[in-house]
Amino acid sequence: MGDIIVSMEHICKSFPGVKALDDVHFELRSGEVMALLGENGAGKSTLMKILSGVYTRDSGEMEIFGVPHGDLSPKQAQELGVAIIHQELNMCRHLSVAQNMFLGREKVKMAVLSNREMEAEARRILNELRIDIDPRQVVGELPVSKQQMVEIAKALSTDAKVLIMDEPTSSLTSREIDDLFRIIRELKAKGCGIVYISHRLEELQYIVDRVTIMRDGQHVTDVNFADTTMDEIISNMVGREIKEKFPRTESHRGECVFEVQNLNAGRMVRDINFKLYEGEIVGFAGLMGAGRTETTRAIFGVDPKESGTILLEGKEIKIRNVNDAIKAGIVLAPEDRKKDGLCTKLSIRQNIALPNLDLVCNKLGVINHGKENEICDKAVEDLMIKTPSVDVDAATLSGGNQQKVVVAKWLARDSKVVMFDEPTRGIDIAAKVEIYHLMNKLKAQGIAVMFVSSEMSEVMGIADRIIVMCDGRITGELVAQEATQEQILTLATRFENKVTAAANEEE
Amino acid sequence: MENKRVSPVRRFFAIRGMASAMIAFAALIVIYVAFGFKAPNMFSKANILNLLRSMSKYLIIGVGQSYLLITGNIDLSIGAVVAMSAMISATLMSTGTGILLSALIALVCCLIVGVINGFLVGKCKLPPFIATLGTMFVARGIGYMVNGNRNTNAISSGIGKEAADGFQNFFYYGKTLGVYNTFLVAVVIFIVFFFLLSKTRTGRHIYAIGSNVDAAKLSGVNVFLTTTKAYMVSAFCAFAVGLILCAQAGMGNMEAGNMYEMYGVAAGVIGGVSPLGGTGLLLGTFAGAAVWQTLENGLNMIGAQVGLQRIVIGVIVVFSVLLDVVVRNGALAKRRNK
Repeated sequence: MGDIIVSMEHICKSFPGVKALDDVHFELRSGEVMALLGENGAGKSTLMKILSGVYTRDSGEMEIFGVPHGDLSPKQAQELGVAIIHQELNMCRHLSVAQNMFLGREKVKMAVLSNREMEAEARRILNELRIDIDPRQVVGELPVSKQQMVEIAKALSTDAKVLIMDEPTSSLTSREIDDLFRIIRELKAKGCGIVYISHRLEELQYIVDRVTIMRDGQHVTDVNFADTTMDEIISNMVGREIKEKFPRTESHRGECVFEVQNLNAGRMVRDINFKLYEGEIVGFAGLMGAGRTETTRAIFGVDPKESGTILLEGKEIKIRNVNDAIKAGIVLAPEDRKKDGLCTKLSIRQNIALPNLDLVCNKLGVINHGKENEICDKAVEDLMIKTPSVDVDAATLSGGNQQKVVVAKWLARDSKVVMFDEPTRGIDIAAKVEIYHLMNKLKAQGIAVMFVSSEMSEVMGIADRIIVMCDGRITGELVAQEATQEQILTLATRFENKVTAAANEEE
Repeated sequence: MENKRVSPVRRFFAIRGMASAMIAFAALIVIYVAFGFKAPNMFSKANILNLLRSMSKYLIIGVGQSYLLITGNIDLSIGAVVAMSAMISATLMSTGTGILLSALIALVCCLIVGVINGFLVGKCKLPPFIATLGTMFVARGIGYMVNGNRNTNAISSGIGKEAADGFQNFFYYGKTLGVYNTFLVAVVIFIVFFFLLSKTRTGRHIYAIGSNVDAAKLSGVNVFLTTTKAYMVSAFCAFAVGLILCAQAGMGNMEAGNMYEMYGVAAGVIGGVSPLGGTGLLLGTFAGAAVWQTLENGLNMIGAQVGLQRIVIGVIVVFSVLLDVVVRNGALAKRRNK
């Protein structure tokens, strides 16, 4: 281990109404990968945003390379060699890869942009990282995982000595994660200090040297990764023991509730056939971009279908739009909470009532507030949504509670089929377990539950049956208790031959 | 990793916004020729020269407004600033202040409005629609008050006939190399701001904050400064148009520039500048301003009423954005199904 390159002491930061950081201590040495762990709202991102100049601290000392620094701006932090890859993608999607990489520090000659030079430099960096992207490509046209790689390349192009990665793998495919880990090891060998924030604890073993754990805005402990165990880490993060990470309940498979036959919708949904039975949870596994989200969207009537039949309780139903699906009792809790799941500027009450306005309005369309309150209070209670009141903005809730509100929207109705798309992405372990309990509860009520997840352990731990997709097709079906990770991966990478042929052609 | 060879034509159309701009140019030719069949006078040299001169105002205004549209903002105060520029310079000239000094004072006043707009939007985070609505009324009010709520006297009554003629020739009546000076002034302004937008750091930052203001900020872009620069560009453009209108009328008119901010939006949007920010080329704005003027000119030639002109123009604006949306969705669907 090298010298201490970042040291933060007694850092405090308050936001209106919350103390985000309370007397936090943090240290990073050169040539090490430090995992910064904690549940959502523990203050990890806030701490790193202070280090990278996005936020300013209220009090406390900060030393970078042994030099004390006061408040930094993002630009100053960058010049000091601190680069951050933000959790949310932060790209200008209308600009090209090279333009994004050099944004804010464009190279100019006589006040004129030297595009050629920047493109060449960008190409050199991308090549060095072995990322196969054309620097002239417009970022908005790249798949999300490639955008993430561009973001990483952008951070590295600043010659960062301290690199902060906030959930860098959340949208990467497993091959890209391997690439990222290779890059991280190379940087480490060069003496960079890397702060790695991730909810995917299983990743840590491949790269991490030390672990700092935070909880409720406070520093809990820092230890060498080798000297600790996963259970210890988790109990430190949560502050209590989590008995069961995946609380599976027994399945009493009943009648077939829902059947999809020969569904086609664009390139990502091809010839999909499956059945859902009452009293079981079906997990949809696969790599990023396997067409699972697209399948749920097509079923729910968001995207147009080209062909296919949908049967509900043995009868064929037509779903032309979302309303048809809701009326039939088929609902979807979408992947991107903030984009598709919630109106973040509306209150929790308004959010929950939104898809149920037909239930809470009278014939003239006037809202019956008594009924509305009844539904909302019941939902908040049933789902244990932690909120001061149902009238606060949905945006103020933590990720886990937001996800519960997304689910709550649909539970007021008598749904027969509930589809979850990545219900636990970006939420902490305790909230995850609550979502699992909720799915189990639906299952016990005889509702057919379908859930899409990219976390393999979760699919294996919660689902009763696993359907694997690859490249827009279903490539296999497994009974969860007998499935192995290898089996799922094999099915998830069973690409059609012509795809490989096309990839060869491109090269 | 060898780069695939792409034909220059495809490279050209791959430039973001180029396709929309070229569609606008194509539409321009179609409209022009179509009117020409109905009214052969359209093709006369005199008409072409007139057309270029008349479109100059829309071109300059369009450039200014496009800067704001690309940052994802809007400037509703442009028209009022045009009036301010015309009234301040005409009042000064008609009372005997020299041309250069009058114009300079008007320029400073206009730029102040631009800075205030930039401050309100970039610093105070007011919605640009509201902030510039306010400055629009204020600027219009100043335009009224400059000469005591009256239009000015002829500028020649103050600076003398010779100077006034020189001024009017430079901005309106005179020709250089057979083309009206007005158009040349517009082209120079166009080229300068074209260069600023496409080749400089400021231009890049303008696109960046229109595309994703948070990403820009976190990359070290000074959002306040960039926003202010954009508003100063539109204020400068309004100033220039004010001088043109002043030269055209030979006096200051309080109602000058009425609705020009919207003409600017129309010119930009017809040329494919996205009102949501992040995309658009000034080349498109050029085409948009020309389409606009050709329509006006052509409808005039065939004797259409003013009301009909407005209706046609309104339909064209909506249609061109609709086309853009359809094309973009089509391209998305195609990519998805590839």
